[in-house]
Amino acid sequence: MSFAIAGYSLHPVLPELVLAVGTLVLLLVGAFRGERSTTLVGALALVLLVVTGVLVATLPAGRLVTFGGSFIVDDYARFLKILALIASAVTLLMSADYLGQRRIFEYVVLVLLSTIGMMVLISAGDLISLYLGLEMMSFALYVVAASNRDNLKSTESGLKYYVLGSLSSGMLLYGASLIYGFTGTVEFAGIAVAAREAGIGLIFGLVFLLAGLCFKVSAVPFHMWTPDVYEGAPTPVTAFFASAPKVAAMAIFVRVVLTAFPDVTLQWQQIVVFVSIASMALGSVAAIGQRNIKRMLAYSSIGHMGFALVGLAAGTAEGAQGVVLYLSIYVAMTLGSFAVILAMKRKGLATEEISDFAGLSRTNPVLAFFFAMLMFSLAGIPPLAGFFAKFYVFLAAIKAGLFTLSVIGVVTSVVGAFYYLNIVKVMYFDQPVGAVDPVRVELRTVLAVSGIFNILFFAYPGPLVSAATAAAKSLF
Amino acid sequence: MILPALFFYLFAGVCIAAAVMVIASRNPVHSVLFLILTFFNAAALFVLLGAEFLALIVLVVYVGAVAVLFLFVVMMLDVDFAALRSGFLNYLPVGLLVAGIFLAELLLVGGGWIISPHAAKTITAPIPGDITNTEAIGRVLYTRYIHYFQYSGLILLVAMVGAIVLTMRHRVNVKRQDIGTQNARSKRNTMELRKVASGQGLEELPPREAAE
Repeated sequence: MSFAIAGYSLHPVLPELVLAVGTLVLLLVGAFRGERSTTLVGALALVLLVVTGVLVATLPAGRLVTFGGSFIVDDYARFLKILALIASAVTLLMSADYLGQRRIFEYVVLVLLSTIGMMVLISAGDLISLYLGLEMMSFALYVVAASNRDNLKSTESGLKYYVLGSLSSGMLLYGASLIYGFTGTVEFAGIAVAAREAGIGLIFGLVFLLAGLCFKVSAVPFHMWTPDVYEGAPTPVTAFFASAPKVAAMAIFVRVVLTAFPDVTLQWQQIVVFVSIASMALGSVAAIGQRNIKRMLAYSSIGHMGFALVGLAAGTAEGAQGVVLYLSIYVAMTLGSFAVILAMKRKGLATEEISDFAGLSRTNPVLAFFFAMLMFSLAGIPPLAGFFAKFYVFLAAIKAGLFTLSVIGVVTSVVGAFYYLNIVKVMYFDQPVGAVDPVRVELRTVLAVSGIFNILFFAYPGPLVSAATAAAKSLF
Repeated sequence: MILPALFFYLFAGVCIAAAVMVIASRNPVHSVLFLILTFFNAAALFVLLGAEFLALIVLVVYVGAVAVLFLFVVMMLDVDFAALRSGFLNYLPVGLLVAGIFLAELLLVGGGWIISPHAAKTITAPIPGDITNTEAIGRVLYTRYIHYFQYSGLILLVAMVGAIVLTMRHRVNVKRQDIGTQNARSKRNTMELRKVASGQGLEELPPREAAE
């Protein structure tokens, strides 16, 4: 007896199913064995994420669609899911120290649940999956932000993120309901057909939908939560916020805009161009005055999302390829930078001020070298990976005729270079303020991998670029 | 055909009036009660639209759970609403100005708004006419929309885990009932019979081991 229903194959969701069932098992392990199982749960979670990644990579090639079109696995979804899984796994690895102190196995479970949400989000083929995936991802994030619950700043950041996140969900839902009302369907493919003759009502919905998504990628003018949340949340959580959820949110942003609204390009292009310029400008200017390194990286991430949106503004396959590449390189740079911040401990206490980096080149030259390289890369200085990330998005924008946007982008990039270089200056030319503790082995590994990727990307960019090209092509 | 229209205006009018009273009444408990009235009228509007399932869900979820929860919170928290309102008159001009701008914008946008004539045609999944909408939802909820159902389940799990992570504290120094220990007690190590001489009382008992 077969239970198969046409169009409802479970094969494409196999990775999500494995991850979800595995997460539930880990929750049970944690619940029965108590807090001493934190390390065990963390280790098993890493294995689970790796297994899920392998499953995603070994799904049959081509475009798989299930659940009546609301779950899509194409090259784009595969690439970004693997990227999100890598980001989640690396953040879990970097959380080992935090977990050892705080002993909350639920943190691991919540990160896994959030990752399931991201995978649903990346594969979403209609507005309902989009919303559910987004909420699954975000709810877990609100909780992990406040997971250091005896710390005032951590709870503040969790609450702030929650309140503003609910507001953005409300806007997104309002937009989604308008879009449904004016097109009669929630599926992206159906919306694309109906959008050809839709009027102002659909555009209204589009604006609200994009506002909700901009919040999740923390693009200006919906960025206000970012600095406070980044600063207040425990540092491994901040590393998580800055990497995996950004990938997933940006992925769905690109997918919605390109697959559901291909025929109203003019309308969304205005919005994306504005958001992109505003994010780049704010990200590069507001970061200059920051003293706290996490706050600075928050503004930096706002700016980087602006740069990634430049690729989307082009609205072409090349632009989408640029966004995908940008996200991959951004994740590599961000995770490396947070590995350094997590490693900056003196006598067991974490230091987060930029002035604490003074003279790092003399007390820990290796750490200082890699961090300097990451800062150069974030600033977009050739031949490091960050330069190529910007190169591809600007190339796509220029080919699409968006000259003003490109020029503004390059100018803000130069302005932004100031604060990255300032950190290099502090590390290499200021008086040392004391030695840092020996760096934990997992942080050293993450930093080495990320640093070497950034330095040597130019030598062998082929595989990543061709994978990104294939991913972008599958959207069109 | 005038009757449904009359009922629509009745319910819609009461709904809006109650909504205004939610923000206008001085007593927060009254506010919550007006909120419940608003929900009831919204449910009645759903019934008029032929969406009886949605109407009952609104009653069960909003009136039964959410509004009662509000009532609990309002009664248990000591929020000084008078203090919250104290600056109301000072801020009124600015608030009115902002509200006026929004109203003007709404009128400008709404004035030029024509609901797309294609909107009604493009509806791809109309409710089948011969079954009730409860049945229509029941047919697809666990079949066509099984994945949404599962995602929602996971979201609720996140909420549950989150609530536990953020609020549960393992307290030390709390006396808890331990049935095993209780059952293991015997007469021998809990009772002691002594002869008390008249008029003398007992000397202090030696402290007994806590968990014999």
